[in-house]
Amino acid sequence: MSALTIASQGMAPTRKRRTSIVPTGVLVLGIAYALLPIVWVAIAATKTNTQLDSYGAFQPGSSFWANLRALNSYQGGVFWTWMLNTALYAGGGAVLSAIVSALAGYGFSKYRFRAKGFLFTMILIGMLVPAVVLAIPQYLLVAKIGLADTYWSVLIPSIVSPYGIYLARLYAGASVPDEILEAARMDGSGEWRTFLRIGIPMMSPGLVTIFLFQFVAIWNNFLLPWLMLSSENKYPLTVGLFTLLDDGTSQPALYTLVLLGSLLSILPLILLFFLLQRFWRVDLGAGSVK
Amino acid sequence: MTTVTSVHEPAASLSGTRRARPRDRWNPAPRRTPYTFIAAAVLLFVAVYVVPLGYTVYLSTQKTQVSGRGLGPGARQQVSAGFSNYATVFGDGEFWQSVLRAVIYGCILIPIMLGLATLFALILDSQRVRFQRFGRLAIFLPYAVPTLIGSMIWGMMYLPGFSPINSTLHALFGMQGINFFGQRIVFLSVANIGVWGGTGFNMMVLYTALRSLPQEVYEAARLDGANERKIALRIKLPMIRPAVIMTAIFSTIATLQVFNEPYAMHQIAYGGVSTSWTPLMTVYQDTYTANNVYLGAAESIVIAVMMFVLSAAVLRITNRQIFGGEAR
Repeated sequence: MSALTIASQGMAPTRKRRTSIVPTGVLVLGIAYALLPIVWVAIAATKTNTQLDSYGAFQPGSSFWANLRALNSYQGGVFWTWMLNTALYAGGGAVLSAIVSALAGYGFSKYRFRAKGFLFTMILIGMLVPAVVLAIPQYLLVAKIGLADTYWSVLIPSIVSPYGIYLARLYAGASVPDEILEAARMDGSGEWRTFLRIGIPMMSPGLVTIFLFQFVAIWNNFLLPWLMLSSENKYPLTVGLFTLLDDGTSQPALYTLVLLGSLLSILPLILLFFLLQRFWRVDLGAGSVK
Repeated sequence: MTTVTSVHEPAASLSGTRRARPRDRWNPAPRRTPYTFIAAAVLLFVAVYVVPLGYTVYLSTQKTQVSGRGLGPGARQQVSAGFSNYATVFGDGEFWQSVLRAVIYGCILIPIMLGLATLFALILDSQRVRFQRFGRLAIFLPYAVPTLIGSMIWGMMYLPGFSPINSTLHALFGMQGINFFGQRIVFLSVANIGVWGGTGFNMMVLYTALRSLPQEVYEAARLDGANERKIALRIKLPMIRPAVIMTAIFSTIATLQVFNEPYAMHQIAYGGVSTSWTPLMTVYQDTYTANNVYLGAAESIVIAVMMFVLSAAVLRITNRQIFGGEAR
């Protein structure tokens, strides 16, 4: 498969077909290591609580559907509320984040203005102070102004992504030629129209990447919603499952739910990864989109 | 190009600029336009980053004063504390131990994670290796698993009753079970979660860097008789050095604020990972459990300052070089 890809790019006409054993073996080990916990949790999710102890680690159990029913009915189906909340936080937050980043990245890349260097440096510094460190200060402030335990308390901090702005500036610089903007201006197109009609379409592959990064970041976030939210029906999956685990230390029967819940919570993202593979371009620094 | 510009000048000035004054080539827009583009980002940035940090700085200089027996309204008051909270932080052995643990954790995590990421990136970029497409996806996949969920899964895999690792070791070598929550082993147990979750992402960064290198160099080396391993070590590795350094710096910064992995581990088995195992856990512990917001704020600031020192290094490397070609 990969040999095909390389060959189709028209290189290495002298390449031999023989497989290199050692690197292939190392790669297989890496694959096994990466998949081990996912396979284990998928198998463990099919077991009853007693089977978890008595069966071998990779021997499937018999109670997947029973576990699913139990998870469905746990506190009136709160698990699916968590799933929905997560989709809302991650989807809504990532869309807004991509829009804000696109605007800012384009602005920083295509215009000169006073304090540009200062503002961008501030944002870069923000990128290097990870959101986790800010979560506690953010909570203290949000509690002070009475916004704690609202959807907004989780959503608003997720919208601004210094990394997204940084990437958007790179993308705008790399994929929107200044000459085209100049031509548009000469034809009388206003700045906003130029941005919407020319800037956005040309940046769009990069914007999908920003959306994906932010989507995953919000989907994965734990500390911020853990601090901000106190009512169970506003929890995202990470927080919900964590409280389930917390209860599980006193009620071991809940472990099966934690396992199944963990499995179900990672499936949507795995799906997203496979569907949107070509947008995963991770290039720190060099900034090329292609 | 310049002649055309001058011909169409009036059209551009209709869109807002009053007086046709000689404008530079890259700024034919009204003066306010750039600010409207960046306004949303800057306002949100101020609200979400700058103000909370400022508020934390303020809190870090406050303390609770208890008058009388501390009963009744008004008995507890917030008063200025000067730098006393900072003095407490600097004298707090517990806090610096948590910093030390984060450093040890980083010293285990970063070399292993980046070593594996580099190894796999080079393998994915080599010829005559099978399963490359699947391998790239599979090794990147843990990035899709929320750190907390991944940590919970690993944590349960470490539990004596469940552990597939221990049962495999027992079946193969008849070994006694490993106590993954032991005082020292727990560093490896937590670091393993970090390696598992972080290798794929860094691998993709390095792989992307490898793919963007000019392929002709390898052809030349191949013609000169170099094998794949030599090409990987002698040519590719030196050429992606900047990317490796970049991932190392970012990983270092991420390490200092590790929270989710040890926090989940702590939840699963209280013995191995204490409530103040990493700096951020200490902040959480002091702010919420001990209910001392002011001390927690001072600790946050100390951590943030340490991050800034690290960040300054990164800024120097990235900012100028990358955006050098743009309008300033």
